Amino acid sequence: MNAAYLYSLITVVLLGLIAYAGAEAAGLEVLFGVIIPYLALIVFLIGFANKILDWTKSPVPFRIPTTLGQQKSLPWIKQNKFDSPYTTGQVVIRMALEILLFRSLFKNLRTGFGKDGQKITYKWVVWLWLFALMFHYSFLVVVIRHLRFFAEPVPFFVTMIERVDGMLQIMLPNLFISGVVLLAGASLLLLRRVLLPKLVYISRPADYFPLFLIIGIAVTGLMMRYISKVDVIRVKELTMGLATFQPSIPEGSISGLFYVHLFFVSLLVAYIPFSKLMHMGGVFLSPTRNLANNSRAKRHVNPWNYPVKTHTYEEYEDDFRDKMKEAGLPVEKE
Amino acid sequence: MAETPKPEELFQNIDHSLPDEPWEEIPPDLSEGRFCYPTKKKNLEYLDLPTTTQDEWSPADEEWPIPDNWKEIIHEGFKERLEKYRSLKIFMDVCVRCGACADKCHFFIGTGDPKNMPVLRAELLRSVYRNDFTTAGKILKKINGGRPLTKQVLKEWFSYFYQCTECRRCSVYCPYGIDTAEVTMMGRELLSLLGLNINWVLEPVANCFRTGNHLGIQPHAFKDMVDFFCDDIEEITGVRINPSFNRKGAEILFIVPSGDVFADPGTYTFMGYLLLFEQLGLDYTLSTYASEGGNFGLFTSSEVMKRLNAKMYAEARRLGVKWILGGECGHMWRVINQYMDTMNGPADFGEVPKSPITGTVFENAASTRMVHITEFTADLLRNNKLKLDPSRNDKHVVTYHDSCNPSRAMGLLDEPRYVLNSVCNHFYEMPENTIREQTFCCGSGSGLNTEEIMELRLLGGLPRANAVKHVHDTFGVNMLSCICAIDRAALPPLMDYWVPGVGVTGIHELVGNALVMEGEIERTMDLRFEPLNEETEEDADE
Repeated sequence: MNAAYLYSLITVVLLGLIAYAGAEAAGLEVLFGVIIPYLALIVFLIGFANKILDWTKSPVPFRIPTTLGQQKSLPWIKQNKFDSPYTTGQVVIRMALEILLFRSLFKNLRTGFGKDGQKITYKWVVWLWLFALMFHYSFLVVVIRHLRFFAEPVPFFVTMIERVDGMLQIMLPNLFISGVVLLAGASLLLLRRVLLPKLVYISRPADYFPLFLIIGIAVTGLMMRYISKVDVIRVKELTMGLATFQPSIPEGSISGLFYVHLFFVSLLVAYIPFSKLMHMGGVFLSPTRNLANNSRAKRHVNPWNYPVKTHTYEEYEDDFRDKMKEAGLPVEKE
Repeated sequence: MAETPKPEELFQNIDHSLPDEPWEEIPPDLSEGRFCYPTKKKNLEYLDLPTTTQDEWSPADEEWPIPDNWKEIIHEGFKERLEKYRSLKIFMDVCVRCGACADKCHFFIGTGDPKNMPVLRAELLRSVYRNDFTTAGKILKKINGGRPLTKQVLKEWFSYFYQCTECRRCSVYCPYGIDTAEVTMMGRELLSLLGLNINWVLEPVANCFRTGNHLGIQPHAFKDMVDFFCDDIEEITGVRINPSFNRKGAEILFIVPSGDVFADPGTYTFMGYLLLFEQLGLDYTLSTYASEGGNFGLFTSSEVMKRLNAKMYAEARRLGVKWILGGECGHMWRVINQYMDTMNGPADFGEVPKSPITGTVFENAASTRMVHITEFTADLLRNNKLKLDPSRNDKHVVTYHDSCNPSRAMGLLDEPRYVLNSVCNHFYEMPENTIREQTFCCGSGSGLNTEEIMELRLLGGLPRANAVKHVHDTFGVNMLSCICAIDRAALPPLMDYWVPGVGVTGIHELVGNALVMEGEIERTMDLRFEPLNEETEEDADE
């Protein structure tokens, strides 16, 4: 199955070439600069909303939290409030720790077999957690930084984040840490998938494709900033046109690299609702994590609960009355 | 059944190298010893469940006795479940195959079979979901990891959904809390639509439905067995106990896993319960109608689970008790904690459970009206209501196995430990990555405690046994305690095989041994009729 990532890689490279040739040689700037981004956004918004609505349409009939710590029981037994939440407030904290800090991934263990072949070993490994954290947070910072292109005046928090992000003034223009970390994070996650046999075995093209796409976005972004230098004024002209719904292609050309970057971003955005990337929405809705472990204390209602056929006590006694009487067990009917 | 190889051999043979072919192309292993026997038709008929078209059949057969429109049935059933359970939809959609769960399953660690990685076990269902129910899947097919439903896929489901004990260990590590137990449960429900159930689940279900307990013990025999324990207790302690059955007006209804009534070593735990209640003078009754807490419906379908569970509330209502006390049982408590009140509530009888001995009100059980016996006993101990002689358990060097369901679906972790530390002097924990919420399954839960797959069970139980071996070698542990009746049935053969010399006990057997009762004779034997102190006996022999 090693071909799976090659296919994905080739697909992404080809898509990049199409955008480059399309914008640079064929003069399809309007297609790649306006139409596709708008389409992608529409697909994303409708698709994302659809998926969330579809999920929420299905009820949560039972309260099934995975309890990862001591329940609330007797007052002198210390409850683990965040792993076995009892109140909504505790659930919120549990979810926040999960979503902001990836707490479950932090617990990852690697199972192995000892040298003597007789002992199973468990080793704490944080790589997946670390790479995932690098990847997601740098992506967030990059996205926020890009708001500069879609707002005038630039909001204060964007400028602030930029300032922090550009702390390492080792280059001109300022090196943004987030861009590099994003590339590193995505690449490390990819390497994991390509090098660890178990990961290779469970991976499909749908796992490699978004990683290559994001790496493509990061690479083209970094190239534009540090190597081939696009004309930022023109880019902002275009993006502000998109943001204000008065799209226009600026006078003079923007480099083809920019259109590749934009095309990749459009593809990623449009791809989200139909793929595993929907985990960004789903993580909030997971019933094993977002419910309080208090169903013995508070009643929970199942909207489709329906009556079932049971074996009633009367039927039971009818089956066994004589034997019960003989054994001296009380009966309802003599 | 094939001859089981020696432990060293079996251990050395575990192969974690991955096959060359993609998993989709590997047919399930349906050779003898690798699958659970399908259910007898009469059990399905008794419960009015869909049946196979043939009475006798084997999963190894080329053709399975299922209706021609089986695909349609599964498709419709799948659709219905997607509409009824958000968990299923979310778990089908959000997995990113990060691999965090891959090496967390005891069956994967034990067998090395990649389809025992939780991610792939769920992918068996997910691939069909993608193909049949998602837009991208319909367009991209195989590229998106989708595949059409075929007979081979169905056989794979039967093989691997009955190779999951629904213990939820994988869900501990999943960043989205994807619970493979939930996926397996849905998979089993779908198979059940075609009558593809296993006998070791369905026979207990049919028995529980009719007689109230899973061996099908009839009321008079149930009473006889308890009377028999009372004779034993009298011989050991000098105290005569006469528990009541089906008694109206009792304050508390006590429901046990029926395994504790008919299978050693659970029976000793049952004797422990009786001793404790007698000493307290508790106003309780046993029921022959609701004589089973364990609910094999959980391993069949939500509907069957509800049908069996309904007896508890019905009986509490009929007898007019104030609340229900529940014995040491694993999945019984999962059903009580996560499903009972929702399915069969509201509990319109009695009142919020309150210990008549200490006055403690169990607020955490206000709605279900049902308290776990280790909560009850821990409260007694905390309030100094029991006189104990823990030295009576001195020959036991004890460790504690967190039974999967009470730990990962309830959060019952410290109560049993508090009790244990009060009733025995030598208690050691197993390594931290194998206890509490990270506990390992016995390998035989969710209805897989059946003889025909013994080797598979031994492999599935290996991680548990390996951790016991560690404390056995390090601290001389010779007694594995637990709070689950399936554990008490499954762990003894597991220990005999991997860690000979380690026994298995319930917590309340140890309580019963340590409990100093009013009017008791000087005890020389424990509840197993074994001398209290082995060394003393040896000394006497010399």
